[in-house]
Amino acid sequence: MRTQPYGGKLFASEIAVILLALLFLVPFYFVAVNSFKSFSELLVDTSGLPKHVEWHNYQRAWEVLHFPRALRNSILITALSGIAMVLVSSMAAYRLLRRPTKGNRLLFTMFIASMIIPFQAIMIPLVKVGNWFHLLNSIPGIMICYAGLGASFTIFLYHGFMKSIPLEIEEAAVMDGCTPYGIFWRIVFPLLKPMTVTVLVLQSLWMWNDFLLPLLVLQKPELQTIQLATNSLFGQYMKQWDLALAALVMGILPILVFFLLLQRHIIQGITAGAVKG
Amino acid sequence: MRRWLTSQPMQQTVFVGPALLAYAIVMVLPFLLGLYYSFTNWNGVASHIDWVGLRNYKTILTDDPDFGRSLWFTAKFTVAVVLISNLLGFLIAYLLSKPLKSRNWLRTLFFMPNVLGGLLLGFIWRFIFTQSFPALGQATGFGFFNLSWLGTESTGFWGLVIVSVWQGAGYLMVIYIAGLTNVPSDMLEAAAIDGASGMQILRNIVLPLIMPAVTVCLFLSISWTFKSFDLNYSLTQGGPYGTTESVAMDIYYEAFKNNRYGLGTAKAFVFFVVVAVITLVQVSITKKREVEM
Repeated sequence: MRTQPYGGKLFASEIAVILLALLFLVPFYFVAVNSFKSFSELLVDTSGLPKHVEWHNYQRAWEVLHFPRALRNSILITALSGIAMVLVSSMAAYRLLRRPTKGNRLLFTMFIASMIIPFQAIMIPLVKVGNWFHLLNSIPGIMICYAGLGASFTIFLYHGFMKSIPLEIEEAAVMDGCTPYGIFWRIVFPLLKPMTVTVLVLQSLWMWNDFLLPLLVLQKPELQTIQLATNSLFGQYMKQWDLALAALVMGILPILVFFLLLQRHIIQGITAGAVKG
Repeated sequence: MRRWLTSQPMQQTVFVGPALLAYAIVMVLPFLLGLYYSFTNWNGVASHIDWVGLRNYKTILTDDPDFGRSLWFTAKFTVAVVLISNLLGFLIAYLLSKPLKSRNWLRTLFFMPNVLGGLLLGFIWRFIFTQSFPALGQATGFGFFNLSWLGTESTGFWGLVIVSVWQGAGYLMVIYIAGLTNVPSDMLEAAAIDGASGMQILRNIVLPLIMPAVTVCLFLSISWTFKSFDLNYSLTQGGPYGTTESVAMDIYYEAFKNNRYGLGTAKAFVFFVVVAVITLVQVSITKKREVEM
């Protein structure tokens, strides 16, 4: 866009956006300040700052959520599934692009077409299939679920990106006696790094925040993710806002920190994913 | 390396096999199985399953007020959220594409709600609507805050719309900003010199040029909202009296609460068809409007 001198009109826009941004932040303010209040104070005065800081809420939320366990499960599931998704999908995309036989072209079309299938359309039989293949109540099981559910979009992203990698590089490697697997892992995969970052960013946000799939396939309390633990806390202590708000703050913090640390990558990843999508 | 390891069938298996296997187990098989179950009276546990033909589909169309109501709710909800969140997302993007001093900061702030999942957002806003709004109403006297938020059908509906817009606008903003930075500035200057007003420039130059971003944003926002589950589940729990139950929730309850898996899978299949049709129609309409640069 064109550059204007910084004048009255821009200043007015700036004020307008800042006000709007503050409005966006209000919910965070309410949750944060009230999570430090005692239950009685929270009911009498929701908008002010706490008169004295009630750390006890956090102690209780920590125990009720089994926070360390939930955090570990969420991190493990997101990280392992992300890695699995990147590995299997980048390999598949590579083969589908570099060896466009009739069968492979059909496979690729099938992967792309199924992006349209909403998860809710398959979730009921998925539980049954998950039972047959022993995918329920296990972290490797949910990894396979995520790898399969995320395969279409991930293959689509890698496939688009790989088109820009010149074939000459690979041909040179063949001359040097590199095997097809060596070419992929030593030469192509490192070149895919920007897309790998995009994939990991987009899919991690999805998996971290996902509620429905874990709700269906992880029934054991030991495997509860942050979303599941928060949900059962709300089921049990519906109206105890002092406890619930502290739990919400704890649930929000890890992903918020992740976002603030990696925000440049996340925003770039979303732009890249959207342009390709 | 041994020859058979690098043979074409072996390469095909190694490269495509793992992804295809996971995809077949998790997507293809459940999809086909669901289609089959939708013609049966399966209840989720019984090993004996009867073929009932089109009865489930007939029930959905003629004898299931819940499905019709949730579909109608979801349609209205989608229209409201898609319109408002795209307008707001575009407005913010438009303002942030100007050389404002705080633009990087603000971009981060507007995006922030989006990194939290629908479940937590719903719980957060349940507190805002039921505890903070009444307090604000008392302090300010605004009637808006004193409505019985989430307690009636329309406040439940608009409550969900507000939270969805709050969640989605920042994401759409990021895509619109990317679109807007690709609009060549000389074109805008030329139009301004020719005496075009700000509105005319926006309508006749900017909008046609960012049509690809509009396509993506409409696609994304329709697909999020139409499939909405987490937010309804945690914010209103579908209430009051099921009036804010989305289709996704109705399918979930039909199968996992009412144990009518056959009917649930039939609903799921109808849902799939509706999503597919909407997506294809919408993409083909907006694609036509894109301008080649």
